[in-house]
Amino acid sequence: MDLYTISFYMFAVLLLGSAIVVVFSRNIVRAAFALMITLLSIAAFYVLMMADFVGIVQLLLYVGGILVLILFGVMLTNRQISVDIREGAIQTIPAVIVTSTIGGILAGAIWSTAWPMREAARSVAATAPVIGEMFLTTYLLPFEVASVLLLVALVGAALIARRERKS
Amino acid sequence: MVPLSHYLFLSAVLFMTGAVGVLTRRNAIIVFMSIELMLNSVNLTLVAFSSFLGNVTGQMLVFFVMTVAAAEAAVGLAIIIAIYRRKQTVNLDEINLLKW
Repeated sequence: MDLYTISFYMFAVLLLGSAIVVVFSRNIVRAAFALMITLLSIAAFYVLMMADFVGIVQLLLYVGGILVLILFGVMLTNRQISVDIREGAIQTIPAVIVTSTIGGILAGAIWSTAWPMREAARSVAATAPVIGEMFLTTYLLPFEVASVLLLVALVGAALIARRERKS
Repeated sequence: MVPLSHYLFLSAVLFMTGAVGVLTRRNAIIVFMSIELMLNSVNLTLVAFSSFLGNVTGQMLVFFVMTVAAAEAAVGLAIIIAIYRRKQTVNLDEINLLKW
């Protein structure tokens, strides 16, 4: 057991434990903070796999951006009125069936495929220059489309969430 | 040495956790967070393949998934807040205006 393996299993336990808290917690604020731990351990996995730029973007975008947005959503919608809403386990059996089907298909695919047994990248070569070059050459059109998509989504979000003006 | 399949199993379990959340919870925000979990598990798979194959293209896909996730977060939360302002609830069972 080298340090890599130990940290892999440590972060795996952290990831799955906090994900379970996110899904099954009764307290929404606690779920949001557990989501922060989940996203941080995902970033740790990116760093373990030497994907440094993706790890940093995960920190900035998910932990710094999307999580704050979600916390805003929690704070804006979680008044006393909606605390005691029915959180039923009404769909447990269909959920178990669907999820175990998904899990069975995924596990079967992972087991039955002969994955290339190469070592994970261990070198500390920076990935950011390669990614930047690919964004501006091979993937230029998807890059521009994604930026337009973000612009449209943000303008639309501002329009939807705005309080309607009395005219 | 952690083999590729361990990463794949980890993200499969994370995806299943998110799917359980989407299917069982009735609070719109929790459903939203569960969708983020599922998106993150797919990203983890992509980065694992990228790292084990020595090819950066997988990490490019991660950026596009993150872009769509950010757009989805902005629009989704705006819709949730607009619904809450109108109906004073985020319980998905009570948001049934389009249900026949």
